[in-house]
Amino acid sequence: MNYLTTIGLEVHVQLQTRTKMFCACRTDFGAAPNTQVCPVCLGYPGALPVINQEAIRLTVMTGLMVGSRINPWSKFDRKNYFYPDMPKNYQITQFDQPLCIGGAVEIDCRGQTRSVRLTRIHLEEDVAKNMHIRDQSRVDFNRAGHPLMEIVTEPDMHSPEEAFAFLLAPKQILVYGLISPCNLEEGNLRCDVNCSVRPEGQTTLGTKTEIKNMNTFKGVHQALTHEIQRQVAALAAGESIVQETRRFDSDRGVTESMRTKEDAHDYRYFPDPDLMPVTLTDEQIEAWKSMLPELPRQRCERLEREYALPAYDAKVLSADKYVADFFEEAARGAANPKTVSNWIMTEMMRLLAEKELEIRQAKITPRALAGLIGLLESHAINSAGAKTIFAVLFEKGGDPAELVGQLGLAQVSDTGALEAWVRQAVEGNPKSVSDYRSGKEAAFKFLMGQIMRFSKGKANPQIVQDLLKKQLGV
Amino acid sequence: MPAWNELTLHGAKARLDHGDGASRDLVGTLLGAIRARDPQIQGYLEVDEADALRQAEAADALRKKGGKGKLLGVPIAIKDLLNVQGQSCRCASRMLEGYRSPYDATAIARLRAEGALFVGRANMDEFAMGSTTENSAFQITHNPWDLARVPGGSSGGSGAVVAADEALAALGSDTGGSVRLPASFCGCVGLKPTYGRISRYGLTAFASSLDQIGPLTKDIRDAALLLQIMAGHDDMDSTSSPAPVPDYTASLRKDLKGMKLGLPKEYFIDGVEPEVAHCIQQAIRHCEGLGATIVDVSLPMTPYAIATYYIIACAEASANLARFDGVRYGFRVKDAADPLDMYRRTRAAGFGSEVKRRIILGAYVLSSGYYDAYYVRAQKVRALIRADFDKVFQACDALLTPVAPTAAYRLGEKTADPLQMYLSDIFTASVNLAGICALSVPCGFTSANLPVGLQIVGPAFGEETILRAGYAYEQSTDWRLRKTEDGRRKADTRRQP
Repeated sequence: MNYLTTIGLEVHVQLQTRTKMFCACRTDFGAAPNTQVCPVCLGYPGALPVINQEAIRLTVMTGLMVGSRINPWSKFDRKNYFYPDMPKNYQITQFDQPLCIGGAVEIDCRGQTRSVRLTRIHLEEDVAKNMHIRDQSRVDFNRAGHPLMEIVTEPDMHSPEEAFAFLLAPKQILVYGLISPCNLEEGNLRCDVNCSVRPEGQTTLGTKTEIKNMNTFKGVHQALTHEIQRQVAALAAGESIVQETRRFDSDRGVTESMRTKEDAHDYRYFPDPDLMPVTLTDEQIEAWKSMLPELPRQRCERLEREYALPAYDAKVLSADKYVADFFEEAARGAANPKTVSNWIMTEMMRLLAEKELEIRQAKITPRALAGLIGLLESHAINSAGAKTIFAVLFEKGGDPAELVGQLGLAQVSDTGALEAWVRQAVEGNPKSVSDYRSGKEAAFKFLMGQIMRFSKGKANPQIVQDLLKKQLGV
Repeated sequence: MPAWNELTLHGAKARLDHGDGASRDLVGTLLGAIRARDPQIQGYLEVDEADALRQAEAADALRKKGGKGKLLGVPIAIKDLLNVQGQSCRCASRMLEGYRSPYDATAIARLRAEGALFVGRANMDEFAMGSTTENSAFQITHNPWDLARVPGGSSGGSGAVVAADEALAALGSDTGGSVRLPASFCGCVGLKPTYGRISRYGLTAFASSLDQIGPLTKDIRDAALLLQIMAGHDDMDSTSSPAPVPDYTASLRKDLKGMKLGLPKEYFIDGVEPEVAHCIQQAIRHCEGLGATIVDVSLPMTPYAIATYYIIACAEASANLARFDGVRYGFRVKDAADPLDMYRRTRAAGFGSEVKRRIILGAYVLSSGYYDAYYVRAQKVRALIRADFDKVFQACDALLTPVAPTAAYRLGEKTADPLQMYLSDIFTASVNLAGICALSVPCGFTSANLPVGLQIVGPAFGEETILRAGYAYEQSTDWRLRKTEDGRRKADTRRQP
């Protein structure tokens, strides 16, 4: 019996605003606990919320980027429940009139591109952070009131891989749009999933469960894989699925029941009487539309066009906004953009992966890369030397021309010196010479290797090759 | 010459400006009056004498340096739910024991900028829920005109201390009548401004869409003065109005020529006690004598006001009071087993029974399955109530009505039946629902020497109209000159206002 899976996601994104959603407290990461707080975000008697207009703008921009319909009239509601991380014991959110309706995000999964529809995007305030230390529980309200943008998808995904791909996709859009840094370590992005299974052939969807508490993208994949297995096993054994909220335990890799529908909260939503509705004119929305940054797909097409890059290169480079930025800046200072692209896709990506860094953390500048490529193309250094210098620039920064001198990597192109080394190799390896003359190509490579060794890697390989061929009488 | 504590705000300010004494003398005398009278009246929850004198001395020093605030050195009593930085703000509840305000409410900050002093936390119904101040967790306040009777509520402490000359003026808050009712029962002026006229930032919220800060004063001029200072848009309150603030004292004139005053028939019903009805009728005739034209009008939605009010107010309150949980400030029960246990036991012990009743009611009307039938429906009726007023204000400038069906009743008389208690708001709650303005001005006494208040209702941002009407009426009568001392009627000697 084959089972089909249906998955929907609710992704919470912390917006990149200077201050909180409803008060003027700063949102900087890493402050000492309970130092970025005020009567409003602590829920003191008499405190009142005031809407952060920048958060509205970022949410509408996101909606515009994914093709949502922007609601010209939306409002905030109170979602009522008690928990120690809730300063007011109600959360200000948007219930039935969100800022953005609909939209879609394209995901790449297993080599295919698919569209995942969005139900809505809305704004709400984040809760405080609970910490459990030995037998004490402590609450840090620095995070309370931070603006959260919630993206809700339709149940359009059908595998944990697709869900994973979806989480990567908005990250790209949001980083490109400067909406959110989407940094997992800082907690910028969190998600809840809904999933259900049904036997192939059945048209109605199965009972869905909601899973919370996945703190990493990998966790999402794990949780979904486990939950789908659990549901399939239950159905196969003739049991029914209970509609409930389950908690993902990352240590054990399983989901466990948190509360059933019967215990489900009645949040008693009602419009927040302390806030005016949000009204957006067509003019305002058009003005924001004109401020939209170039999106990944557009950038990819442009890189292909403007820099005459192959589609593959353009795609790799545009996947990360900051890589694309680096490429364009370097290409401006280089003769051949394709060469720049090659260096980024090979040496740069290799070192970034090895050291688990992002491109902005590498010390090499676009200008330095362009300079390095220039030195190579003018034969001042050879490719081995260039790679060495690249590694140093990556690690420590600096100027490539200076490094050539400091590291003594200037390529030797002086025919006099080169001829001497060629003669040295030929005279010292008579067997290789005769091997080569009797047709063994490998012997030529061996002789080249020897010459490079004599020159400590600095010989100009092209000239050496010509000289060697001449000396061998070819 | 009247004693300092018997003066109005403008009278005291004039005397200070004239150099006939310092703020220290004023506050010293006031504290003496409080010490003498408050043991019987119990209008104050707290009076920090040392702090009061410190504030007075600071004001005197500022005055010597040329300080010019409109209320420099003049003390005001504050209802216990307004945040005054450094003072306790318990809202007459055990739930906020130990809580001291870390900030000034905007209205307080504006008064402070004009040099006002904040002396005394006035008693109130717990979290502003009540009509008699009997719901205070700490003490009962007695009506200065008859210590066996209620001062009204929820700003009963504010009304009582003003009436007893234990304060020159006081701030209260009005959600369904909580400034106007104590003003009426205690024989002073009480003003509820248009919703959004005064910032609510720093006013502990009961019902967010109904609450307004309001002054309780000895005369209309003082009310206009306080409104002038506090009114105006506040960035910290999204519901505060950007409407410009006119000069309220300039609108005070001694006649009512050209004014059309409406009498809504639904407010002149058999349920109003004869002596109260009599005072109101006399007042209406008096207004005619001052040049006003009286017209009959109708507010057909009036019978639905109480139910609408209690549904909306309790719904909003159930969410507004959720923050009182013992986690971040205030009272917390000891030895709780887990968060839920802590919440349950803290709120059970911290809240009084009326507060609990309203929270439960509010949660009920918002709950799944009932939200549409109660909350949504009540909001729709609210819109109809507002439309009623829009319509009548096309036919007249202001309305005259009683404030309450009776004068002050006995302590304990209504506490057995909360619903009976709720009916005290019958003439006042519609005003809050419609978001318009109204004031209570003394208009007579019953044969038991209990004050009766005349309610003057105006359209949204019509404070100039109602203050003018109130002033003209007040200045042509003597009611404000009758004083109380130890609950007995004093010989009616002429005093300087």
